[in-house]
Amino acid sequence: MKLYCLSGHPTLPCNVLKFKSTTIMLDCGLDMTSTLNFLPLPLVQSPRLSNLPGWSLKDGNAFLDKELKECSGHVFVDSVPEFCLPETELIDLSTVDVILISNYHCMMALPYITEHTGFTGTVYATEPTVQIGRLLMEELVNFIERVPKAQSASLWKNKDIQRNSGCSMEDGWECRDGGRKTRLLPSPLKDAVEVSTWRRCYTMQEVNSALSKIQLVGYSQKIELFGAVQVTPLSSGYALGSSNWIIQSHYEKVSYVSGSSLLTTHPQPMDQASLKNSDVLVLTGLTQIPTANPDGMVGEFCSNLALTVRNGGNVLVPCYPSGVIYDLLECLYQYIDSAGLSNIPFYFISPVANSSLEFSQIFAEWLCHNKQTKVYLPEPPFPHAELIQTNKLRHYPSIHGDFSNDFRQPCVVFTGHPSLRFGDVVHFMELWGKSSLNTVIFTEPDFSYLEALAPYQPLAMKCIYCPIDTRLNFIQVSKLLKEVQPLHVVCPEQYTQPPPAQSHRMDLMIDCQPPAMSYRRAEVLALPFKRLFEKIEIMPELADSLVPMEIKPGISLATVSAVLHTKDNKHVLQPPPRPAPPTSGKKRKRASEDIPDCKVLKPLLSGSIPVEQFVQTLEKHGFSDVKVEDTAKGHIVLLQEAETLIQIEEDSTHIICDNDEMLRVRLRDLVLKFLQKF
Amino acid sequence: MRKFPKCLNRTAVPDLPVPCKQARVTASFSASQQAELLPGLFGEAGPLGQAAWSAPTVRSGWIQGLRSLAQHPSALPFLADCGTLDTIFSLQGDSSLFVASAAGQLLVHILGLSLQGPAEGPPSPQACDWPVCAQKIVGHIEGSLRSMATPQVTQALNVLTTTFGHCHGPWMQVLWERLSPLVACLLQEDPLPAAHSLVDLLLSVARSPVLSSSDCGLWETLAQTLRRLSPAQAGPLALGILKLQDCPQALRAQAFGVLLQPLACVLTAADQAPGPPGLPEGTTGDSVTVDTLLSSKSACAGLLCQTLAHLELLQPLPQRPSPWPQAPLLGAAVTILRFCNGSAAPASDVGGRLCAILAGCVRVQRAALDFLGALAQETGPQELVTQVSAVLLEYLRSPDSSPTVLKKAFQATLRWLLSSPRAPGCCDLDPDTQLFLRELLPVLRKRLCSPCWEVRDSGLEFLTQVTRHWGGQAGFRHALLASEVPELAEQLLRDPESYVRASAVTAVGQLSSQGLHATAASPEQLGGQKESLLAELLHVLSTDSEGFPRRAAMQVFTEWLRDRHADVAEDTERFVARVLQAASRDLDWEVRAQGLELALVFLAQTLGQPSARCPYAVAAPQATPPGPLAQALRALSRVRLFEFAFRALFDCDRPVAQKSCDLLLFLRAQATPSGGLQEAEGSPDVVPVEAALQRWRAGEQGEPLGDLEPEAVLAVLRSLDLEGLRGALAESSDHVEKSPQSLLQDMLATVGVRGENQADCY
Repeated sequence: MKLYCLSGHPTLPCNVLKFKSTTIMLDCGLDMTSTLNFLPLPLVQSPRLSNLPGWSLKDGNAFLDKELKECSGHVFVDSVPEFCLPETELIDLSTVDVILISNYHCMMALPYITEHTGFTGTVYATEPTVQIGRLLMEELVNFIERVPKAQSASLWKNKDIQRNSGCSMEDGWECRDGGRKTRLLPSPLKDAVEVSTWRRCYTMQEVNSALSKIQLVGYSQKIELFGAVQVTPLSSGYALGSSNWIIQSHYEKVSYVSGSSLLTTHPQPMDQASLKNSDVLVLTGLTQIPTANPDGMVGEFCSNLALTVRNGGNVLVPCYPSGVIYDLLECLYQYIDSAGLSNIPFYFISPVANSSLEFSQIFAEWLCHNKQTKVYLPEPPFPHAELIQTNKLRHYPSIHGDFSNDFRQPCVVFTGHPSLRFGDVVHFMELWGKSSLNTVIFTEPDFSYLEALAPYQPLAMKCIYCPIDTRLNFIQVSKLLKEVQPLHVVCPEQYTQPPPAQSHRMDLMIDCQPPAMSYRRAEVLALPFKRLFEKIEIMPELADSLVPMEIKPGISLATVSAVLHTKDNKHVLQPPPRPAPPTSGKKRKRASEDIPDCKVLKPLLSGSIPVEQFVQTLEKHGFSDVKVEDTAKGHIVLLQEAETLIQIEEDSTHIICDNDEMLRVRLRDLVLKFLQKF
Repeated sequence: MRKFPKCLNRTAVPDLPVPCKQARVTASFSASQQAELLPGLFGEAGPLGQAAWSAPTVRSGWIQGLRSLAQHPSALPFLADCGTLDTIFSLQGDSSLFVASAAGQLLVHILGLSLQGPAEGPPSPQACDWPVCAQKIVGHIEGSLRSMATPQVTQALNVLTTTFGHCHGPWMQVLWERLSPLVACLLQEDPLPAAHSLVDLLLSVARSPVLSSSDCGLWETLAQTLRRLSPAQAGPLALGILKLQDCPQALRAQAFGVLLQPLACVLTAADQAPGPPGLPEGTTGDSVTVDTLLSSKSACAGLLCQTLAHLELLQPLPQRPSPWPQAPLLGAAVTILRFCNGSAAPASDVGGRLCAILAGCVRVQRAALDFLGALAQETGPQELVTQVSAVLLEYLRSPDSSPTVLKKAFQATLRWLLSSPRAPGCCDLDPDTQLFLRELLPVLRKRLCSPCWEVRDSGLEFLTQVTRHWGGQAGFRHALLASEVPELAEQLLRDPESYVRASAVTAVGQLSSQGLHATAASPEQLGGQKESLLAELLHVLSTDSEGFPRRAAMQVFTEWLRDRHADVAEDTERFVARVLQAASRDLDWEVRAQGLELALVFLAQTLGQPSARCPYAVAAPQATPPGPLAQALRALSRVRLFEFAFRALFDCDRPVAQKSCDLLLFLRAQATPSGGLQEAEGSPDVVPVEAALQRWRAGEQGEPLGDLEPEAVLAVLRSLDLEGLRGALAESSDHVEKSPQSLLQDMLATVGVRGENQADCY
């Protein structure tokens, strides 16, 4: 059993598991932090951004000044943003049989995999995952396509150019080290990983094609893969339709935990019990901000929002169109009246805003119990319906159109993209950035807020960082592991040591016994467990012919002579063919005929020899000077007069006597009296 | 009389059973004994087998009965002879904790009585010379101590603890000399049985005045026990020893060392230094304490919380160890808080593990903040004080601080703020404090916007307290007015949570008293801010659906009246009339009681201060001159104070009636010139007042009285038996139930035949 690790991002995993002749891809997350190296795509022409100076080398060489621009000491690529794909060279992705998706954030690389690698298998995901994943992809494509960029920078990535432009011998290793850039490039570009795998965004056509390969599944549904393994999605409590997966054969069980939450938010609670008795538990998608408690962060979010609005400022919340935003809106629903914010408009701007708000209300069966029951009242499960009805929350596909007529300040705007590199958020950053009355509140934990803000410097507006990540923290993980007790834990290497910025926090890492096995991008792990058993069926007529003998209460044995038939990973014992004259010399038949012959000669023995009774029997049969010695493995019965030893061990008995065959046979028969034969 | 044993079967369980009450009020011991009542009730063949015995209240009543019975001199031999003591012994292990505890106390009582009584001098150490009862009890205790079984040992130790705590006869010393070897034997056991009870006993013995003067090897036993107990068990003993008035210095040093151990471990773990500086010599984190701290999260939190709580208790005591290690204690509190919020970066391995164990531990955070607050009584080295401010700000700022932790952080901050030194030669705050305030107020502002009501509430409480103490400081006033906090506080008057509204009322009232209330009038309040705050609080008083905000409003009004707040002084009579009118209709008795408090303040301002604050003062009440008196009374009548007070006199809630009674007594004393009752000229028409009083007494609401003639009021006051009423109101609420009449009624009700048996009973 092997695990191929194609992504280095612990919360956007992409791993391939080879298990019992199946090849299963676990998630295909897309690392979008690469976009932070690019200039934002403004919806409205921004003189500031278009007039940024080009970047040139220290020696004045300006061959990259068309591609790289400088802003407040940071250098950005002036091009269409690109994403860091999972590793595609480590394993032939056309051999992947199935892809299991655990939540909508972890499927964003799907079109790259299904459309460009020769993949011919099936993708399994729950319905909300697919629907909301589609919204996220649609939003992404829309954000990027609606701001066509005249130029596409590729020179800066070109390895040859890098190599030729003065890489010293000492730095040579860097030039040859995969996709790493040389020190010629300024930070952070020179530290960017796997630049060669960075790709532009996919198209809507590719999205549709990729999504058409998905087969919908429900929680606890058992899906057979080639008769070899069974996969089952379980509720993971993190997002609508988010799942953990169980991959099991008859005797082995692998659990894949990705993006789970034990907090009471909107999704169905996490199913922990079904993860028990796993041989291997692959653990990914823990919280990215282990020191921030989501409740505290929500409080921080509300307080700062209220303070800003009270002072006449606007609040900008860069966010994804689904997920935490539902919970934030619910919190605000309860909070705005008490904080005296009833007259402040809330705007939600996204090409998929409407669908997202409406989808959330129709996935009742995927919601937590509390929200499910509302449906029967009937009431909408989420209170944002009421916010929309009372006109407190308004949603628009973009800043163009109706929004410009309705726009009123001060206000609160929820919009994407959290990277601040594309989407309507770029416009608001340009619009509000100059006033210290306004505040931008970061709630999505996926992007470093300082890096996200870099191309907007100098910035007067206040920045508040309230990352809300409801995924498991290390305390919860340690409780979970204690409860489900997997034999082995496999996790990204980041989880096996404290975060670099808090190296003393030994509590911020996975602590389990045996220690977790860690993986990093482009690594292949041999999982540490051997398969010992395989289930075999016996045909009814063969079973009929068996004559079991009870050797212990409840345990019966029988000898079987049969033909083992293996097809589609199923093994069946069939009755042996009639002893017909061998016409063709098939090896297997001969072998199967041989076995019964041997067994007739040598009956099988079973049972154990109770030493005390055996000694009594010996004495009854005239051996008077019996001595018993205990050994590590059993006993030695010593017949001193006859100079004979009887070694009794768990799985063997030896009679050692000096050329006295009569005695040996006598003793053997006495031993055999205690054993069962069949 | 013979019916009583039968009654036991029929007695309703929830009420105290009749026979036990009977015993409690036993009039004639010998008569009862002769009538074989006592053997039947308390003897071997007593109630044990009866069905009613299974009810814990019956057993409890039985014990109470015995307690009264034991007072009789002849009772003790009776108890010893007829097997009652054995029943009590067995009740020590009763399934009902109340019964078990009462049984233990009864044994103490009987032991005390039997040893105190006849003997003149100290009883001989020889058991044979002691009264039978005492012999039996002490024998039982010895047996229990020898058994080494935890439940029995615990019972015996508890009885002894109570004995040494309550009895002071010279025989105590003899008793201890006899039992101390057995107690010493317990210390040899592993595991130590009933360690907590043992600690209690040793402390009780040490506190006993009879024993502490003569040593009896007690100090050595205490020292030995301190060494023997685990760190968590030793803490209470160490604290107890340090609280003792006179005890050998060496033992005190040892105890203080034990108490400081866990903090020494923390300091060592954080610093990697060989020994934390400033702690008494020999106080280094020993391995046992370190092991306890690292063994589990609950053990670590338990030990640290206990240690911090003990030191907090010790800190203000005069007998606390001297020199008091203020600096290392401050350092330890700060370090623990930093371990808990993950901001410490310990280099040592133990520190790292402690950090992992304590991260986010709310219990320890609370205890450490409490302790830190207590340490504000004294200052410390400047760099430590700076660290304290920094860590407090960290906690107040952190979004991860739980509401309860935040509350403690606010409380500790307040204590440190109030203890901060004033700049020399100037009455204003010193620059460091001003700087701290500038950082603190934005935090407070944010906390007042928190979605969590507990946080808003503690923020407001903090604001109230800090304003109360610093309202006059120019630096504080300036910073506060610039901070938007007063506006937020006013906004919270409309908070959805009633506790927050109540705190907001108090805070705004305090701000207004100090002239710090928000001055910017909002557009809808065109009438001006000052008027609107009074109106707003009156609105709260008359319309708020919850009691807390209304009570808070009443308190604010009382304070305003007492301090002659500008808004109130404008038209005091109108103000008092409006408040009393609102309070009289209130359904919450605390609001009505607070209304009487306000009425009393007004009364005092109108008629003069209550002259005899001290009940033993000799000075005669100062008579108010008749002219101004008449005016004053008329003023009281105009604000309808009389009606309010009379109505309250018959309030269904006793505290209100009591308060009203006090008020009227004061009024009568003030309004009636000394030297006897002065009849008013003419005869005032008291009929309507008395009729109204009758109606209120009967519980009717009745019509308002309208303007009352002061003379009529005075006449009614003179006619009322206010002293008698006060006496009746002062009785506890169960005085009727405990009276002999009640017992008689119970008996009659049980027997079911009233009249026939009346003579039979008494």
